[in-house]
Amino acid sequence: MTETSRREVLKGAAGAVALAPGLTLIAAPADARAPGMPATPANRWGLLIDTRKCDAGCTACVDACKTEMGLTGHHRPLTDAQYLRKVNVKDPASGKAHSVPVMCQHCAKPPCVDVCPTGASMKRADGIVLVDRHICIGCRYCMMACPYKARSFAHEEQTNQREANPRGKGCVEACTLCAHRVDAGQSPACVEACAAAGHAAMLFGDLNDPGSELARRVAAEASTRIRADLGVEPAVRYQGI
Amino acid sequence: MKRVTYTELPALTTGWLALMGSLLAVVAVALGSVLYMEHEGHWVTGMTNQVVWGMPHVFAIFLIVAASGALNVASIGSVFGREPYQPLGRLSGLLAMALLAGGLAVLVLDLGRPDRLAVAMTHFNFKSIFAWNVILYSGFFAVVGFYLWAMMDWKMKGAYKGAALAAFVWRLILTTGTGSIFGFLVARDAYNSAVMAPLFIAMSFAFGLAAFILVVMGAYAGSGRPVAPDLVTRMGRLLGLFCAANLYFVAVQHLTALYMAERTGVEAFILAGGGLYTVLFWGVQVALGGLVPMSIVFSKGATRCSVRFAAILVMIGGLAQVYVILIGGQAFPLTLFPGMEVSSSFQDGQVSAYAPSLPEVLLGLGGFAITLLITVVGATFLRILPDSLAAE
Repeated sequence: MTETSRREVLKGAAGAVALAPGLTLIAAPADARAPGMPATPANRWGLLIDTRKCDAGCTACVDACKTEMGLTGHHRPLTDAQYLRKVNVKDPASGKAHSVPVMCQHCAKPPCVDVCPTGASMKRADGIVLVDRHICIGCRYCMMACPYKARSFAHEEQTNQREANPRGKGCVEACTLCAHRVDAGQSPACVEACAAAGHAAMLFGDLNDPGSELARRVAAEASTRIRADLGVEPAVRYQGI
Repeated sequence: MKRVTYTELPALTTGWLALMGSLLAVVAVALGSVLYMEHEGHWVTGMTNQVVWGMPHVFAIFLIVAASGALNVASIGSVFGREPYQPLGRLSGLLAMALLAGGLAVLVLDLGRPDRLAVAMTHFNFKSIFAWNVILYSGFFAVVGFYLWAMMDWKMKGAYKGAALAAFVWRLILTTGTGSIFGFLVARDAYNSAVMAPLFIAMSFAFGLAAFILVVMGAYAGSGRPVAPDLVTRMGRLLGLFCAANLYFVAVQHLTALYMAERTGVEAFILAGGGLYTVLFWGVQVALGGLVPMSIVFSKGATRCSVRFAAILVMIGGLAQVYVILIGGQAFPLTLFPGMEVSSSFQDGQVSAYAPSLPEVLLGLGGFAITLLITVVGATFLRILPDSLAAE
């Protein structure tokens, strides 16, 4: 099988995911990256989140994130890690309320990467912002710098770790946009869970691919970015706020 | 100018042993605290995912800022040619290095991974002011160490002026770097301002001189050497000027922010409705740490004793100032959705509570002990202190 045809097969596999008998999610397929191939700036992975479809009482995305990343809480809300949270936003003038999932916004100009003294905070070529846990010294300057409060500090010894998300006491961590799933041609766990819950409020895709649904919708519909005024160019866009 | 004789502090006297023993005990307790915090993880401290820098950073930043300020006495004598300060140049250089070492020790020991210090010394992201500070702090030891050598070795006399100027410029850049840790934080309403760099320089002038006055008076009282009252009151008046400079930049910092509609929230928090932070700001930082010492040192009846009291107040006010900047600035919530009411399970939209834990405070006090330990050892084995600071 040639490289191209293998990708096509993976595309097809990622496109149709059997969630339960009789229920099939048709998600935008993403290219799986072949082993050994580096991430490329040809991709710019991103999200479009429609808060009008997001149910304030639903935590499917948050729960899926915790399961996928092995985030075991200790019932200590001030120090437990949260890669993804639902923020309740209410306009005091109109009373209009939204529930907004907020995670690492995978900025094109990430302040966390700028301030990191060792280079542990880094941006992959495809725009995914990660923490290299091998050289993170736990200074937390990135947490001070992040405009989205997207990062957590591993405040204690970690157990029940997932292979895709090795965690270490004393290091900073955050949403990886499920890089391990993206590399395998899948959508992030939160996106998949949102669709499975019947809301489909989150759309994942390649902003650099004009043919992707994400790029088409971003080009055709109004969307906004949280704190767009800071100029850090997040890859996560929102509708309805 | 009269010839100045420098002599070492006598070692192994009862007082010396008691002092060294006490300082070592404090350092041992601080190291025990570090072991506890690092073993358990940071959840046992008061620090959280909201207030990520806590009491150790208050102490560390205070000491690092004071370090560059403590060097001013040497600079005033050498770069600016003020003779009364020249005999104190050696102590100024030694104390500056000791304060920096104490501050850095606290900073490093609070890292999530202090065992990776070597990583910080070998991996540099040159866009990070933190990485630059690693270089600036290391360089400070080299530059001030050389300056101290030039002051102490007559054969190095030719290098004295150049070393003095280099150290003065280096210390200004260093404090600019420390202030810019906050100045460069684009997303935090309490920071993100160019004024943080000159503010930190003004702070360093005041804190450093206050620390220096206390060390001089302590060392001379402890070793039974004379100090001219005039010298102390002169340093006191200089401390008053530095307090005024600090208050000026504090005023600029807050007036500038008050002018920006988007920052009225954080300003109202710090200046009016922030509870402890507001009390610390007006009561301790501005009044006790600024206005009161100024009124003491500029009064006609200022004595050695009152100057010492003023210096202690400046130190306390300085710690309060760093606390308000650091903890108060983090306690105020990040603005993700301007103009909106927000809440979440991650404390969005809430003022974050922070209660310093005992181990954090003990680690911070360990920084002070390390500073004094280095100073005493330095003055014991090197000719740092003039025999007499009595008037001619």
